[in-house]
Amino acid sequence: MMSLQQKYPDEVAAILARYPADNKRSAVMPLLYLAQRAENYVPAAALDEVAALCEIAPTQVASIVGFYTLYYDKPGGRHRIQVCTDLPCALRGADDFAAKLCAHLGVEMGATTADGKVTVEAVMCLAACDRAPMFQVQNGAGLTFHENQTLESVKALVAKLQAE
Amino acid sequence: MTEHVVLRHRQPGLENINQLAAYQASGGFEAYRTVVTSMTPQAVIDLIKASGLRGRGGAGFPTGVKWSFLSNRFPRYVVANSDESEPGTFKDREIMERNPFQFLEGLMIASYAAQASTAYNYLRGEFWELAARLDAQIAELHAAGLLGKNVLGTQYSLAVHNHLGAGAYICGEESALLESIEGKLGQPRLKPPFPADRGLYGQPTVVNNTETLANIPPIVARGAEWYRTLGTESSPGTKVMCLSGHVANAGNYEVPFGITFRELIFGLAGGIRGGRTLKAILPSGASAPILAATDKVLDTRLTYEDVAALGSQLGSASIILMDETVDMSWVALKTTHFFKHESCGKCTPCREGTYWMTHILDRVQAGGVQATDLALLSDVTQQIGGKCLCPLGDFATSAVVSSLKLFPADYEQHLMGAAAVPAKPAARAKVAQPVS
Repeated sequence: MMSLQQKYPDEVAAILARYPADNKRSAVMPLLYLAQRAENYVPAAALDEVAALCEIAPTQVASIVGFYTLYYDKPGGRHRIQVCTDLPCALRGADDFAAKLCAHLGVEMGATTADGKVTVEAVMCLAACDRAPMFQVQNGAGLTFHENQTLESVKALVAKLQAE
Repeated sequence: MTEHVVLRHRQPGLENINQLAAYQASGGFEAYRTVVTSMTPQAVIDLIKASGLRGRGGAGFPTGVKWSFLSNRFPRYVVANSDESEPGTFKDREIMERNPFQFLEGLMIASYAAQASTAYNYLRGEFWELAARLDAQIAELHAAGLLGKNVLGTQYSLAVHNHLGAGAYICGEESALLESIEGKLGQPRLKPPFPADRGLYGQPTVVNNTETLANIPPIVARGAEWYRTLGTESSPGTKVMCLSGHVANAGNYEVPFGITFRELIFGLAGGIRGGRTLKAILPSGASAPILAATDKVLDTRLTYEDVAALGSQLGSASIILMDETVDMSWVALKTTHFFKHESCGKCTPCREGTYWMTHILDRVQAGGVQATDLALLSDVTQQIGGKCLCPLGDFATSAVVSSLKLFPADYEQHLMGAAAVPAKPAARAKVAQPVS
Protein backbone atom coordinates (compact mmCIF):
# COMPACT_ATOMS: atom_id res chain seq x y z
CA MET A 1 0.00 0.00 0.00
CA MET A 2 1.25 3.46 -0.86
CA SER A 3 1.92 5.76 2.04
CA LEU A 4 0.21 9.14 2.43
CA GLN A 5 3.53 10.81 1.72
CA GLN A 6 3.81 8.91 -1.55
CA LYS A 7 0.21 9.55 -2.55
CA TYR A 8 -0.21 13.15 -1.40
CA PRO A 9 3.31 14.58 -0.87
CA ASP A 10 2.36 18.25 -1.41
CA GLU A 11 -0.69 18.11 0.84
CA VAL A 12 1.21 16.38 3.65
CA ALA A 13 3.91 19.04 3.47
CA ALA A 14 1.35 21.86 3.40
CA ILE A 15 -0.46 20.44 6.44
CA LEU A 16 2.75 20.09 8.46
CA ALA A 17 3.76 23.66 7.53
CA ARG A 18 0.67 25.11 9.22
CA TYR A 19 1.87 24.24 12.71
CA PRO A 20 5.03 25.00 14.69
CA ALA A 21 7.84 22.54 13.96
CA ASP A 22 7.91 21.39 17.58
CA ASN A 23 4.13 20.77 17.61
CA LYS A 24 3.70 18.34 14.75
CA ARG A 25 0.96 16.59 16.69
CA SER A 26 -1.40 19.38 15.60
CA ALA A 27 -1.37 17.87 12.12
CA VAL A 28 -3.12 14.70 13.27
CA MET A 29 -6.67 15.79 12.38
CA PRO A 30 -5.99 17.08 8.85
CA LEU A 31 -3.75 14.06 8.18
CA LEU A 32 -6.57 11.73 9.26
CA TYR A 33 -8.87 13.37 6.71
CA LEU A 34 -6.21 12.57 4.08
CA ALA A 35 -5.96 8.99 5.36
CA GLN A 36 -9.74 8.67 5.05
CA ARG A 37 -9.91 10.03 1.50
CA ALA A 38 -9.38 6.83 -0.49
CA GLU A 39 -11.57 4.36 1.39
CA ASN A 40 -13.91 6.63 3.39
CA TYR A 41 -12.43 5.22 6.59
CA VAL A 42 -9.02 5.23 8.24
CA PRO A 43 -7.25 1.93 7.45
CA ALA A 44 -5.21 0.51 10.33
CA ALA A 45 -1.97 0.87 8.37
CA ALA A 46 -2.49 4.63 8.14
CA LEU A 47 -2.48 4.96 11.93
CA ASP A 48 1.22 4.11 12.06
CA GLU A 49 2.15 6.55 9.35
CA VAL A 50 0.10 9.41 10.79
CA ALA A 51 1.63 8.66 14.18
CA ALA A 52 5.14 8.80 12.72
CA LEU A 53 4.43 12.09 10.91
CA CYS A 54 3.04 13.62 14.10
CA GLU A 55 5.71 12.08 16.35
CA ILE A 56 3.13 10.45 18.64
CA ALA A 57 2.12 6.84 19.38
CA PRO A 58 -0.30 4.98 17.07
CA THR A 59 -2.66 4.48 20.04
CA GLN A 60 -2.89 8.25 20.41
CA VAL A 61 -3.92 8.55 16.77
CA ALA A 62 -6.47 5.76 17.26
CA SER A 63 -7.97 7.61 20.23
CA ILE A 64 -8.49 10.67 18.01
CA VAL A 65 -10.30 8.49 15.46
CA GLY A 66 -12.48 7.14 18.24
CA PHE A 67 -13.28 10.51 19.83
CA TYR A 68 -14.29 12.55 16.79
CA THR A 69 -17.42 11.41 14.98
CA LEU A 70 -16.33 12.28 11.44
CA TYR A 71 -13.53 9.68 11.47
CA TYR A 72 -14.31 6.01 10.95
CA ASP A 73 -12.16 3.01 11.78
CA LYS A 74 -14.37 0.60 9.80
CA PRO A 75 -15.61 0.69 6.23
CA GLY A 76 -19.19 1.82 5.67
CA GLY A 77 -21.09 2.76 2.56
CA ARG A 78 -19.36 4.65 -0.21
CA HIS A 79 -21.47 7.64 0.83
CA ARG A 80 -22.80 8.38 4.29
CA ILE A 81 -26.09 10.27 4.32
CA GLN A 82 -26.15 11.95 7.72
CA VAL A 83 -29.56 13.35 8.62
CA CYS A 84 -29.79 15.90 11.40
CA THR A 85 -32.54 14.79 13.78
CA ASP A 86 -31.72 17.24 16.57
CA LEU A 87 -34.44 19.33 18.19
CA PRO A 88 -34.69 22.28 15.75
CA CYS A 89 -34.75 19.96 12.72
CA ALA A 90 -37.12 17.54 14.47
CA LEU A 91 -39.57 20.40 15.05
CA ARG A 92 -39.62 20.75 11.26
CA GLY A 93 -40.20 17.09 10.49
CA ALA A 94 -36.68 15.59 10.46
CA ASP A 95 -37.57 12.40 12.38
CA ASP A 96 -40.33 11.60 9.92
CA PHE A 97 -38.05 12.46 7.00
CA ALA A 98 -35.30 10.19 8.35
CA ALA A 99 -37.74 7.30 8.87
CA LYS A 100 -39.05 7.62 5.32
CA LEU A 101 -35.52 7.74 3.94
CA CYS A 102 -34.65 4.54 5.82
CA ALA A 103 -37.80 2.90 4.45
CA HIS A 104 -36.89 3.98 0.93
CA LEU A 105 -33.38 2.57 1.30
CA GLY A 106 -34.75 -0.56 2.94
CA VAL A 107 -32.35 -0.34 5.88
CA GLU A 108 -32.43 0.47 9.56
CA MET A 109 -30.95 3.75 10.78
CA GLY A 110 -27.16 3.34 10.90
CA ALA A 111 -27.07 0.53 8.33
CA THR A 112 -25.68 0.29 4.79
CA THR A 113 -27.56 -0.64 1.62
CA ALA A 114 -26.87 -4.09 0.16
CA ASP A 115 -24.95 -2.60 -2.77
CA GLY A 116 -22.56 -0.95 -0.30
CA LYS A 117 -23.23 2.48 -1.77
CA VAL A 118 -25.12 4.28 0.98
CA THR A 119 -25.00 4.30 4.79
CA VAL A 120 -27.72 6.32 6.53
CA GLU A 121 -27.04 7.87 9.92
CA ALA A 122 -28.87 10.18 12.33
CA VAL A 123 -26.52 12.94 13.51
CA MET A 124 -26.44 15.94 15.81
CA CYS A 125 -27.01 19.57 14.84
CA LEU A 126 -25.31 20.65 11.58
CA ALA A 127 -25.92 24.44 11.81
CA ALA A 128 -28.65 24.49 9.17
CA CYS A 129 -31.72 24.54 11.44
CA ASP A 130 -33.57 27.09 9.32
CA ARG A 131 -33.42 24.81 6.28
CA ALA A 132 -34.65 21.52 7.73
CA PRO A 133 -35.09 18.76 6.82
CA MET A 134 -31.44 18.59 5.86
CA PHE A 135 -28.52 16.20 5.75
CA GLN A 136 -24.89 16.08 4.75
CA VAL A 137 -23.27 13.52 2.54
CA GLN A 138 -19.85 12.42 3.74
CA ASN A 139 -17.46 10.47 1.55
CA GLY A 140 -13.70 10.37 1.14
CA ALA A 141 -13.73 13.63 -0.80
CA GLY A 142 -15.35 15.55 2.03
CA LEU A 143 -18.80 16.74 3.07
CA THR A 144 -21.61 18.46 1.21
CA PHE A 145 -24.78 19.96 2.71
CA HIS A 146 -28.23 19.28 1.27
CA GLU A 147 -30.87 21.59 2.71
CA ASN A 148 -34.65 22.13 2.43
CA GLN A 149 -34.98 18.49 1.46
CA THR A 150 -38.07 16.50 0.52
CA LEU A 151 -38.48 12.76 0.12
CA GLU A 152 -38.47 13.30 -3.66
CA SER A 153 -35.23 15.29 -3.64
CA VAL A 154 -33.41 12.74 -1.50
CA LYS A 155 -34.71 9.85 -3.61
CA ALA A 156 -33.25 11.52 -6.69
CA LEU A 157 -29.92 11.98 -4.93
CA VAL A 158 -29.86 8.38 -3.73
CA ALA A 159 -30.53 7.17 -7.28
CA LYS A 160 -27.58 9.26 -8.48
CA LEU A 161 -25.26 7.99 -5.74
CA GLN A 162 -26.27 4.36 -6.36
CA ALA A 163 -25.69 4.72 -10.11
CA GLU A 164 -22.08 5.84 -9.58
CA MET B 1 -34.92 48.36 10.43
CA THR B 2 -31.44 48.95 11.80
CA GLU B 3 -28.58 48.71 9.39
CA HIS B 4 -26.65 45.49 9.21
CA VAL B 5 -23.28 45.78 10.90
CA VAL B 6 -22.28 42.12 10.63
CA LEU B 7 -24.59 40.72 7.92
CA ARG B 8 -23.56 43.58 5.63
CA HIS B 9 -24.08 41.41 2.56
CA ARG B 10 -27.79 41.89 3.15
CA GLN B 11 -27.55 45.61 2.45
CA PRO B 12 -28.61 46.47 -1.11
CA GLY B 13 -25.55 46.79 -3.34
CA LEU B 14 -23.30 44.80 -1.02
CA GLU B 15 -24.45 41.31 -2.03
CA ASN B 16 -21.05 40.52 -3.55
CA ILE B 17 -18.79 41.44 -0.65
CA ASN B 18 -17.73 37.81 -0.45
CA GLN B 19 -15.50 38.82 -3.38
CA LEU B 20 -12.32 40.56 -2.24
CA ALA B 21 -12.56 43.37 -4.83
CA ALA B 22 -16.16 44.15 -3.87
CA TYR B 23 -15.31 44.02 -0.18
CA GLN B 24 -12.41 46.42 -0.64
CA ALA B 25 -14.56 48.71 -2.80
CA SER B 26 -16.99 48.95 0.12
CA GLY B 27 -14.20 50.13 2.42
CA GLY B 28 -12.99 46.69 3.39
CA PHE B 29 -9.52 46.36 4.95
CA GLU B 30 -9.26 50.12 5.53
CA ALA B 31 -9.72 49.46 9.26
CA TYR B 32 -6.94 46.87 9.17
CA ARG B 33 -4.71 49.27 7.23
CA THR B 34 -5.35 52.01 9.79
CA VAL B 35 -4.60 49.67 12.68
CA VAL B 36 -1.41 48.18 11.27
CA THR B 37 0.08 51.40 9.90
CA SER B 38 -0.94 53.96 12.52
CA MET B 39 -2.13 52.44 15.80
CA THR B 40 -0.32 50.77 18.67
CA PRO B 41 -1.67 47.39 19.80
CA GLN B 42 -2.65 48.99 23.12
CA ALA B 43 -4.65 51.68 21.31
CA VAL B 44 -6.64 48.96 19.50
CA ILE B 45 -7.34 47.17 22.78
CA ASP B 46 -8.45 50.46 24.36
CA LEU B 47 -10.76 51.16 21.43
CA ILE B 48 -12.44 47.77 21.64
CA LYS B 49 -12.76 48.17 25.42
CA ALA B 50 -14.37 51.58 24.93
CA SER B 51 -16.85 50.14 22.42
CA GLY B 52 -18.22 47.75 25.05
CA LEU B 53 -18.16 44.86 22.55
CA ARG B 54 -19.08 41.61 24.29
CA GLY B 55 -18.26 38.09 23.13
CA ARG B 56 -20.96 36.65 20.89
CA GLY B 57 -20.14 32.99 21.44
CA GLY B 58 -22.40 32.77 24.45
CA ALA B 59 -20.72 34.08 27.57
CA GLY B 60 -20.90 37.78 26.66
CA PHE B 61 -17.52 38.60 28.20
CA PRO B 62 -16.14 42.05 27.21
CA THR B 63 -13.77 41.44 24.29
CA GLY B 64 -11.31 44.28 24.95
CA VAL B 65 -10.96 43.20 28.58
CA LYS B 66 -10.25 39.64 27.44
CA TRP B 67 -7.48 40.93 25.18
CA SER B 68 -5.96 43.00 27.97
CA PHE B 69 -5.44 39.86 30.10
CA LEU B 70 -2.71 38.49 27.80
CA SER B 71 0.45 37.58 29.68
CA ASN B 72 3.62 39.31 28.60
CA ARG B 73 5.15 36.32 26.79
CA PHE B 74 5.65 35.49 23.11
CA PRO B 75 4.72 33.99 20.76
CA ARG B 76 1.04 34.68 21.26
CA TYR B 77 -1.84 33.22 19.28
CA VAL B 78 -5.29 34.34 18.23
CA VAL B 79 -7.91 31.68 17.58
CA ALA B 80 -11.31 32.21 15.98
CA ASN B 81 -13.94 29.94 17.44
CA SER B 82 -16.00 28.96 14.37
CA ASP B 83 -17.06 25.66 15.85
CA GLU B 84 -20.74 26.74 15.82
CA SER B 85 -22.30 23.55 17.15
CA GLU B 86 -25.05 24.68 19.51
CA PRO B 87 -28.38 23.26 18.29
CA GLY B 88 -30.23 26.17 16.71
CA THR B 89 -27.14 28.21 15.82
CA PHE B 90 -26.32 29.00 12.19
CA LYS B 91 -25.05 32.58 12.27
CA ASP B 92 -21.28 32.12 11.99
CA ARG B 93 -21.85 30.02 8.92
CA GLU B 94 -23.76 32.85 7.19
CA ILE B 95 -21.06 35.34 8.20
CA MET B 96 -18.24 33.18 6.82
CA GLU B 97 -20.16 32.27 3.67
CA ARG B 98 -21.48 35.68 2.74
CA ASN B 99 -19.21 38.20 4.47
CA PRO B 100 -15.99 36.23 4.97
CA PHE B 101 -13.55 39.09 4.55
CA GLN B 102 -15.11 41.16 7.32
CA PHE B 103 -14.65 38.20 9.66
CA LEU B 104 -11.06 37.67 8.46
CA GLU B 105 -10.33 41.39 8.80
CA GLY B 106 -11.59 41.23 12.39
CA LEU B 107 -9.40 38.21 13.07
CA MET B 108 -6.41 40.04 11.59
CA ILE B 109 -7.04 43.19 13.66
CA ALA B 110 -7.36 41.04 16.78
CA SER B 111 -4.07 39.36 15.88
CA TYR B 112 -2.34 42.73 15.56
CA ALA B 113 -3.79 43.86 18.89
CA ALA B 114 -2.50 40.68 20.52
CA GLN B 115 0.83 40.96 18.65
CA ALA B 116 0.32 37.46 17.37
CA SER B 117 1.99 36.39 14.15
CA THR B 118 -0.08 33.24 13.73
CA ALA B 119 -3.85 32.92 13.92
CA TYR B 120 -6.02 29.83 13.55
CA ASN B 121 -9.65 29.65 12.56
CA TYR B 122 -11.16 26.52 14.12
CA LEU B 123 -14.18 25.42 12.08
CA ARG B 124 -16.43 22.50 12.86
CA GLY B 125 -15.59 19.63 10.50
CA GLU B 126 -18.98 19.84 8.84
CA PHE B 127 -17.99 23.27 7.43
CA TRP B 128 -15.79 21.45 4.94
CA GLU B 129 -16.89 23.33 1.82
CA LEU B 130 -16.76 26.62 3.69
CA ALA B 131 -13.20 25.91 4.89
CA ALA B 132 -12.09 25.24 1.32
CA ARG B 133 -13.46 28.63 0.23
CA LEU B 134 -11.82 30.35 3.20
CA ASP B 135 -8.49 28.69 2.30
CA ALA B 136 -8.74 30.30 -1.13
CA GLN B 137 -9.74 33.66 0.37
CA ILE B 138 -6.80 33.59 2.77
CA ALA B 139 -4.52 32.90 -0.20
CA GLU B 140 -5.98 35.97 -1.92
CA LEU B 141 -5.09 38.07 1.13
CA HIS B 142 -1.52 36.80 0.97
CA ALA B 143 -1.35 37.71 -2.72
CA ALA B 144 -2.71 41.18 -1.90
CA GLY B 145 -0.01 41.77 0.72
CA LEU B 146 -2.53 41.92 3.56
CA LEU B 147 -1.18 38.71 5.07
CA GLY B 148 2.34 37.32 5.14
CA LYS B 149 5.67 38.86 5.95
CA ASN B 150 5.83 42.63 6.49
CA VAL B 151 2.15 43.36 6.05
CA LEU B 152 1.58 46.60 4.08
CA GLY B 153 5.28 47.38 4.28
CA THR B 154 5.34 47.40 8.10
CA GLN B 155 7.31 45.29 10.56
CA TYR B 156 4.19 43.26 11.30
CA SER B 157 3.86 39.73 9.87
CA LEU B 158 0.83 37.49 10.10
CA ALA B 159 -0.27 34.06 8.86
CA VAL B 160 -3.84 32.72 9.18
CA HIS B 161 -4.68 29.01 8.94
CA ASN B 162 -7.97 27.14 9.00
CA HIS B 163 -8.18 24.09 11.23
CA LEU B 164 -11.11 21.72 10.72
CA GLY B 165 -12.61 19.89 13.67
CA ALA B 166 -14.24 16.53 13.14
CA GLY B 167 -17.62 16.44 14.84
CA ALA B 168 -17.43 17.27 18.54
CA TYR B 169 -19.69 19.89 20.17
CA ILE B 170 -17.36 20.13 23.13
CA CYS B 171 -14.69 21.75 20.94
CA GLY B 172 -16.76 24.95 21.07
CA GLU B 173 -15.55 25.24 24.66
CA GLU B 174 -12.38 27.27 24.30
CA SER B 175 -9.96 25.09 26.22
CA ALA B 176 -11.24 21.92 24.51
CA LEU B 177 -10.87 23.74 21.20
CA LEU B 178 -7.22 24.49 21.99
CA GLU B 179 -6.62 20.86 22.93
CA SER B 180 -8.12 19.88 19.59
CA ILE B 181 -5.78 22.18 17.63
CA GLU B 182 -2.93 20.62 19.57
CA GLY B 183 -3.96 17.26 18.14
CA LYS B 184 -5.49 15.89 21.32
CA LEU B 185 -8.94 14.76 22.39
CA GLY B 186 -11.31 17.72 22.67
CA GLN B 187 -11.56 17.71 26.44
CA PRO B 188 -11.74 20.88 28.54
CA ARG B 189 -8.82 21.96 30.69
CA LEU B 190 -9.02 22.83 34.34
CA LYS B 191 -9.08 26.63 34.69
CA PRO B 192 -7.15 28.62 35.73
CA PRO B 193 -4.81 29.06 33.98
CA PHE B 194 -6.95 30.77 31.37
CA PRO B 195 -5.96 30.86 27.69
CA ALA B 196 -4.80 34.49 28.02
CA ASP B 197 -1.98 33.12 30.17
CA ARG B 198 -1.57 29.54 28.96
CA GLY B 199 -3.52 28.82 25.80
CA LEU B 200 -2.40 27.23 22.56
CA TYR B 201 0.94 25.38 23.04
CA GLY B 202 1.03 26.86 26.54
CA GLN B 203 1.37 30.38 25.14
CA PRO B 204 -0.83 33.46 25.73
CA THR B 205 -3.87 33.09 23.47
CA VAL B 206 -7.01 35.01 22.60
CA VAL B 207 -10.05 32.94 21.61
CA ASN B 208 -12.94 34.91 20.09
CA ASN B 209 -16.15 33.86 18.39
CA THR B 210 -16.59 34.46 14.64
CA GLU B 211 -19.40 36.99 15.10
CA THR B 212 -17.42 38.88 17.75
CA LEU B 213 -14.52 39.24 15.32
CA ALA B 214 -16.82 40.39 12.50
CA ASN B 215 -17.88 43.33 14.70
CA ILE B 216 -14.33 44.66 14.98
CA PRO B 217 -13.71 46.27 11.55
CA PRO B 218 -16.82 48.50 11.79
CA ILE B 219 -15.84 49.55 15.32
CA VAL B 220 -12.37 50.56 14.13
CA ALA B 221 -13.77 52.29 11.05
CA ARG B 222 -16.60 54.19 12.78
CA GLY B 223 -15.51 54.47 16.37
CA ALA B 224 -16.57 53.27 19.78
CA GLU B 225 -19.08 56.10 20.23
CA TRP B 226 -20.95 55.16 17.08
CA TYR B 227 -21.02 51.53 18.20
CA ARG B 228 -22.51 52.50 21.53
CA THR B 229 -25.41 54.21 19.77
CA LEU B 230 -26.59 50.69 18.88
CA GLY B 231 -28.08 48.30 21.42
CA THR B 232 -28.23 49.02 25.14
CA GLU B 233 -25.86 50.52 27.70
CA SER B 234 -24.55 47.18 28.95
CA SER B 235 -25.07 45.18 25.71
CA PRO B 236 -23.95 47.52 22.93
CA GLY B 237 -24.17 46.76 19.24
CA THR B 238 -26.25 44.37 17.22
CA LYS B 239 -26.70 40.63 17.61
CA VAL B 240 -27.44 38.02 15.00
CA MET B 241 -30.40 36.07 16.35
CA CYS B 242 -30.94 32.59 14.89
CA LEU B 243 -34.63 31.70 14.81
CA SER B 244 -35.64 28.09 14.28
CA GLY B 245 -38.37 25.62 15.15
CA HIS B 246 -42.03 26.58 14.74
CA VAL B 247 -41.41 30.14 13.60
CA ALA B 248 -43.02 31.24 10.34
CA ASN B 249 -39.80 32.59 8.83
CA ALA B 250 -36.79 30.79 10.24
CA GLY B 251 -33.40 32.35 9.69
CA ASN B 252 -30.91 34.88 10.98
CA TYR B 253 -32.04 38.31 12.12
CA GLU B 254 -29.47 40.97 12.93
CA VAL B 255 -31.08 43.36 15.39
CA PRO B 256 -29.86 45.80 18.02
CA PHE B 257 -29.64 44.34 21.50
CA GLY B 258 -32.69 45.39 23.46
CA ILE B 259 -35.58 44.59 21.14
CA THR B 260 -38.03 42.22 22.76
CA PHE B 261 -38.79 38.58 22.02
CA ARG B 262 -42.22 39.75 20.83
CA GLU B 263 -40.82 42.30 18.40
CA LEU B 264 -38.39 39.76 17.00
CA ILE B 265 -40.72 36.79 16.72
CA PHE B 266 -43.98 38.48 15.78
CA GLY B 267 -42.73 41.75 14.31
CA LEU B 268 -39.87 40.49 12.18
CA ALA B 269 -40.15 36.72 11.80
CA GLY B 270 -43.85 36.41 10.96
CA GLY B 271 -45.00 34.80 14.22
CA ILE B 272 -45.70 31.11 14.66
CA ARG B 273 -46.20 28.73 11.76
CA GLY B 274 -49.77 27.95 10.82
CA GLY B 275 -51.16 30.62 13.17
CA ARG B 276 -50.61 28.34 16.15
CA THR B 277 -49.88 29.52 19.66
CA LEU B 278 -46.35 29.85 20.94
CA LYS B 279 -45.87 27.61 23.96
CA ALA B 280 -42.19 27.80 24.87
CA ILE B 281 -38.84 29.28 23.90
CA LEU B 282 -35.32 27.90 24.18
CA PRO B 283 -33.37 31.18 23.96
CA SER B 284 -29.92 29.63 23.77
CA GLY B 285 -30.21 26.36 21.90
CA ALA B 286 -30.19 23.23 23.97
CA SER B 287 -28.07 24.80 26.70
CA ALA B 288 -30.18 27.20 28.72
CA PRO B 289 -33.48 26.77 30.60
CA ILE B 290 -36.74 26.72 28.65
CA LEU B 291 -38.97 29.78 28.99
CA ALA B 292 -42.76 29.56 28.94
CA ALA B 293 -44.09 32.04 26.39
CA THR B 294 -45.80 34.35 28.89
CA ASP B 295 -46.39 38.06 28.29
CA LYS B 296 -43.60 38.80 30.75
CA VAL B 297 -41.15 36.70 28.73
CA LEU B 298 -42.30 38.04 25.37
CA ASP B 299 -41.89 41.62 26.54
CA THR B 300 -38.39 40.95 27.82
CA ARG B 301 -35.57 42.71 26.03
CA LEU B 302 -33.00 40.57 24.29
CA THR B 303 -29.86 41.44 26.22
CA TYR B 304 -27.51 39.27 28.25
CA GLU B 305 -28.81 40.79 31.50
CA ASP B 306 -32.54 40.76 30.79
CA VAL B 307 -32.69 37.13 29.65
CA ALA B 308 -30.53 36.09 32.61
CA ALA B 309 -33.00 37.86 34.91
CA LEU B 310 -35.69 35.47 33.63
CA GLY B 311 -33.57 32.55 34.82
CA SER B 312 -32.26 31.61 31.40
CA GLN B 313 -29.47 32.84 29.10
CA LEU B 314 -29.25 34.69 25.79
CA GLY B 315 -26.07 32.75 25.01
CA SER B 316 -25.34 32.73 21.30
CA ALA B 317 -29.03 33.64 20.66
CA SER B 318 -30.05 30.39 19.03
CA ILE B 319 -33.74 30.88 19.67
CA ILE B 320 -35.80 27.72 19.20
CA LEU B 321 -39.58 28.25 19.20
CA MET B 322 -42.12 25.58 20.07
CA ASP B 323 -45.86 25.76 19.51
CA GLU B 324 -48.73 24.37 21.56
CA THR B 325 -48.43 20.88 20.03
CA VAL B 326 -45.00 20.22 21.52
CA ASP B 327 -44.58 17.89 24.49
CA MET B 328 -41.84 19.39 26.65
CA SER B 329 -40.80 15.98 28.02
CA TRP B 330 -39.96 15.08 24.41
CA VAL B 331 -37.94 18.31 24.10
CA ALA B 332 -36.00 17.32 27.23
CA LEU B 333 -35.34 13.89 25.71
CA LYS B 334 -34.05 15.49 22.50
CA THR B 335 -31.67 17.87 24.28
CA THR B 336 -30.53 15.18 26.73
CA HIS B 337 -29.84 12.77 23.90
CA PHE B 338 -27.72 15.49 22.31
CA PHE B 339 -25.66 16.07 25.47
CA LYS B 340 -25.26 12.35 26.09
CA HIS B 341 -23.76 12.06 22.61
CA GLU B 342 -21.60 15.16 23.04
CA SER B 343 -20.32 14.64 26.58
CA CYS B 344 -16.55 14.25 26.21
CA GLY B 345 -16.55 11.69 29.01
CA LYS B 346 -13.95 13.41 31.16
CA CYS B 347 -16.17 14.18 34.18
CA THR B 348 -18.19 11.33 35.65
CA PRO B 349 -21.32 13.35 36.64
CA CYS B 350 -21.77 14.52 33.04
CA ARG B 351 -20.82 11.23 31.34
CA GLU B 352 -22.97 9.03 33.59
CA GLY B 353 -25.67 11.60 34.35
CA THR B 354 -26.54 12.28 30.71
CA TYR B 355 -26.70 8.51 30.16
CA TRP B 356 -29.17 7.97 33.00
CA MET B 357 -31.28 11.03 32.19
CA THR B 358 -31.64 9.73 28.63
CA HIS B 359 -32.75 6.34 29.92
CA ILE B 360 -35.43 7.81 32.17
CA LEU B 361 -36.64 10.23 29.50
CA ASP B 362 -36.82 7.41 26.96
CA ARG B 363 -39.05 5.55 29.41
CA VAL B 364 -41.17 8.68 29.91
CA GLN B 365 -41.86 8.73 26.17
CA ALA B 366 -42.62 5.01 26.21
CA GLY B 367 -45.16 5.60 28.98
CA GLY B 368 -43.57 3.27 31.48
CA VAL B 369 -42.84 5.61 34.38
CA GLN B 370 -44.18 6.35 37.83
CA ALA B 371 -44.01 9.55 39.85
CA THR B 372 -40.95 8.20 41.64
CA ASP B 373 -39.12 8.04 38.28
CA LEU B 374 -39.71 11.74 37.76
CA ALA B 375 -38.34 12.39 41.24
CA LEU B 376 -35.32 10.26 40.33
CA LEU B 377 -34.85 12.28 37.13
CA SER B 378 -34.88 15.46 39.15
CA ASP B 379 -32.40 13.95 41.58
CA VAL B 380 -30.00 13.00 38.77
CA THR B 381 -30.00 16.60 37.50
CA GLN B 382 -28.83 17.72 40.93
CA GLN B 383 -25.96 15.24 40.84
CA ILE B 384 -24.67 16.82 37.61
CA GLY B 385 -25.19 20.55 38.11
CA GLY B 386 -22.12 22.42 39.31
CA LYS B 387 -20.02 19.26 39.51
CA CYS B 388 -18.17 19.31 36.16
CA LEU B 389 -15.06 20.96 34.75
CA CYS B 390 -16.88 22.75 31.94
CA PRO B 391 -20.45 24.01 31.57
CA LEU B 392 -21.63 21.07 29.41
CA GLY B 393 -22.89 19.21 32.46
CA ASP B 394 -24.93 22.21 33.61
CA PHE B 395 -26.22 22.74 30.07
CA ALA B 396 -27.42 19.15 29.95
CA THR B 397 -29.69 19.65 32.94
CA SER B 398 -31.20 22.99 31.84
CA ALA B 399 -34.02 21.77 29.62
CA VAL B 400 -34.81 18.89 31.98
CA VAL B 401 -35.05 20.98 35.15
CA SER B 402 -36.98 23.82 33.51
CA SER B 403 -39.45 21.57 31.69
CA LEU B 404 -40.18 19.60 34.88
CA LYS B 405 -40.83 22.86 36.67
CA LEU B 406 -42.80 24.77 34.01
CA PHE B 407 -44.63 21.96 32.24
CA PRO B 408 -45.24 19.15 34.78
CA ALA B 409 -48.43 18.09 32.96
CA ASP B 410 -46.33 17.20 29.91
CA TYR B 411 -44.60 14.57 32.05
CA GLU B 412 -47.62 13.46 34.06
CA GLN B 413 -49.53 12.49 30.91
CA HIS B 414 -46.97 9.71 30.46
CA LEU B 415 -47.37 8.23 33.94
CA MET B 416 -48.56 4.65 34.03
CA GLY B 417 -52.33 4.69 34.19
CA ALA B 418 -52.62 8.28 33.00
CA ALA B 419 -55.32 8.96 30.41
CA ALA B 420 -53.74 9.15 26.99
CA VAL B 421 -54.66 12.75 26.26
CA PRO B 422 -52.29 15.53 25.34
CA ALA B 423 -51.22 17.61 28.30
CA LYS B 424 -52.57 21.10 28.58
CA PRO B 425 -49.72 23.52 28.27
CA ALA B 426 -48.97 25.57 31.35
CA ALA B 427 -50.59 28.97 31.63
CA ARG B 428 -49.42 31.14 28.82
CA ALA B 429 -50.27 34.35 27.11
CA LYS B 430 -52.28 34.80 23.97
CA VAL B 431 -49.63 35.78 21.50
CA ALA B 432 -51.37 35.47 18.19
CA GLN B 433 -51.41 39.21 17.53
CA PRO B 434 -48.40 40.36 15.58
CA VAL B 435 -46.69 43.51 16.75
CA SER B 436 -45.21 45.71 14.10
